[in-house]
Amino acid sequence: MSSEPTPTTTPSATPAPVRFTRVARLLHWTMAVMVVAILFIGAFMVTSVGDFRFLVTVHEPLGIAILLFVLVRIGWRLTHTPPPLPPGMVRLDRLAAKYSERLLYALLLVQPLIGWAMVSASGEPIVLFGSLYLPHIAPQNITLFADLLRAHIAAAYLLYLTFAAHLAGVLVHTIVIRDRVLDRMAFWRAPGYGSEAPPR
Amino acid sequence: MPLNRRTVLLGLAAVGGVSAVNVGAFLGAGGWFTPDTLTTSRFVDRFEQVFGKHDGFRRNHAKGVSAAGVFTSNGAGTALSRAALFQRGTTPVTARFSISGGMPTVADANSTVRGLAVLFHLPDGAQWRTAMVNVPVFTDRVPQGFYERLLATQPVPGTGKPDPAKVAAFLAKYPETARAMAVISKSPPSSGLYNSPFHGLNAFRFTNSAGDTVPVRWTMMPEEPSQPMGAGAAPGKDYLFDALVAKVMQGPVHWRFLITVGEPGDPTNDATTAWPANRRQVEVGTLTIDSLQTEAPGNARDVNFDPTVLPDGIALSDDPLLAARSAVYAQSYQRRTREPHRPSEVQVGQQPSGPRITKVDHEQ
Repeated sequence: MSSEPTPTTTPSATPAPVRFTRVARLLHWTMAVMVVAILFIGAFMVTSVGDFRFLVTVHEPLGIAILLFVLVRIGWRLTHTPPPLPPGMVRLDRLAAKYSERLLYALLLVQPLIGWAMVSASGEPIVLFGSLYLPHIAPQNITLFADLLRAHIAAAYLLYLTFAAHLAGVLVHTIVIRDRVLDRMAFWRAPGYGSEAPPR
Repeated sequence: MPLNRRTVLLGLAAVGGVSAVNVGAFLGAGGWFTPDTLTTSRFVDRFEQVFGKHDGFRRNHAKGVSAAGVFTSNGAGTALSRAALFQRGTTPVTARFSISGGMPTVADANSTVRGLAVLFHLPDGAQWRTAMVNVPVFTDRVPQGFYERLLATQPVPGTGKPDPAKVAAFLAKYPETARAMAVISKSPPSSGLYNSPFHGLNAFRFTNSAGDTVPVRWTMMPEEPSQPMGAGAAPGKDYLFDALVAKVMQGPVHWRFLITVGEPGDPTNDATTAWPANRRQVEVGTLTIDSLQTEAPGNARDVNFDPTVLPDGIALSDDPLLAARSAVYAQSYQRRTREPHRPSEVQVGQQPSGPRITKVDHEQ
C-alpha cells in the first residue's frame, strides 16, 4: 500500500466519495473470514470420516459467533447510513446490490438458528469449548430434525451461492467497470476515500 | 482508464476464473473430485450395498429394542473421572439392545454380535453416550479395514457364506482382524442378551478432579449367570429379544460397570488388541434395566449412540475408530431420520406397570 499522505482535497465535479464506517468494515471483513471458513468446513466436515467430530467442535462455536456478529451488524446497519453506490451504476446492479445485501443478512441470521435448532431436535448436547452447554431451542423430534437438516443444507448452498455471486459482482465492478465500489469497504488507503459515512 | 472490448473481456475472464476456482474448491471440499477417497457417504453406502437399504432403520445394528433404567454409582469412579455420573447416586439412562448388521428383520443367531448402547442423562443437560458389543475385542483396527471387511465377508448368494478367497485376501491385508477373530472365538456368546457382557472396546481418557488422566476401557458385566447356549428346540426368529423381554418382565436386570485402567504403553489406538489381563479394574456402580419399549418416536429409536458424546471428565483417545464411528453414525442418523418409518421387528408386549424411570424427551 502507498504510504503517501492522503491527497489534499482536489476540486471535483462529484461529491467526495465516502467509505463504510470503520466498525462496519471491521464487521464485514471479520465475518467474511468466518463465513467462508464455516462454509468450507461444513462442506468438508460432512464428507470426512476422520475429521467430522473435530470439525463439529469448530463448526458449532463458529456458527454461534456468526450469529452474535450478525446481530451486532444488523443493529449497526439500521443505525448508520451506508455510503452511496458509485454514480453511474445501472439500475439492475443497484437492485442486485440492495436485495443481495438483505438476502445475506437474512441467511447469516437464520442459518445459525436452523443449525442450533437442528442439533436441539436431535437431542444431542451443544457444547462449546468443551464445557459451555447451550440450551436446546427446539423440542427433541426426529421429524423436526429431518426438516431442519434439509433446511440447513438448502440454506448452506444458497448462502454459498450468494457469497460467490457477491464476490463475482464486486470483482466485475472492480476490474471490469472500475467504479471503485470495493474501496468503500477497504482498509487500505484509497485516494479520495478519507471520510466515513456519517451516523444516521 | 478507457473501457475497451479487450480489457472488458480480460476482466470478465479473470472474474470467471476466480469464480471457477472458488466453486471448484467448495465442491472439492465436498469430495466431488476424489471418487476414490473413503467419504462418510461412501462408508454408509457400503452398508446399504451389503445389507440392502431399509428405510428408517440404522445402517448397522438395525434390529433392536429400546430400554430404560438407571445407573447407580457407588462413588468409586470419582477417583478416575470427575464426570458427574461417578458421584454416588443415580443417573437415568436410555438404552438399546441390538444385534449387528443392517437388516432390521434378520433372524437372531448366536454368532451375531450383540450390542448394548447407553445414554446417561447427566445433570444440566450433559450426556454420555456409549455403544458396546459382546465380543472381547473389536474385529477392525482402522476404519478402512471395517469398510473392506463388510464387502469381503458378504454372503455369496449361492452358498449363503462369504467367498473364502475374498476373506483370505482380506485377512492377509488386515492380519489384526485374523488375530482378533481368534480371540473372539475363544469366548463363546452367552445364552441371551440379558446375561451378555458388553464391552466398550475403544480406549478413552478419564480425568479426575485433581487433573490426573488415565487411559481406560469399560465393560458392563452381567449379574445374571452367564451360561453358554444349550442345544434345545429350534429357537424362534427373535429368541434373543424374546428372552430379554421375558426376563425384564420378571424384574430388573443388572450389569456391574467395570472400568479397566490402562498403564503406560498400553495401546489406546487399537481396539483389536486386549490389554493385559492383570490391569486394574474398578467397579463403579450398577446399570439397572427395568423396562423395555418397542422402538417408537421419542425413545432409543431416535437416539444416535455416538460414542464421542462425552461429559467433562471423559475424553477421546487416539483410536481412529472413534472419529469414524461419530461420522458414520451421524450419516446413518441423517439418512434414516429423513426416511419413512416402519414398525420394528422386536415388539414388546404389555409390561407390568412400574415407575418409568426416564424417558428421552425429558431433556430440555
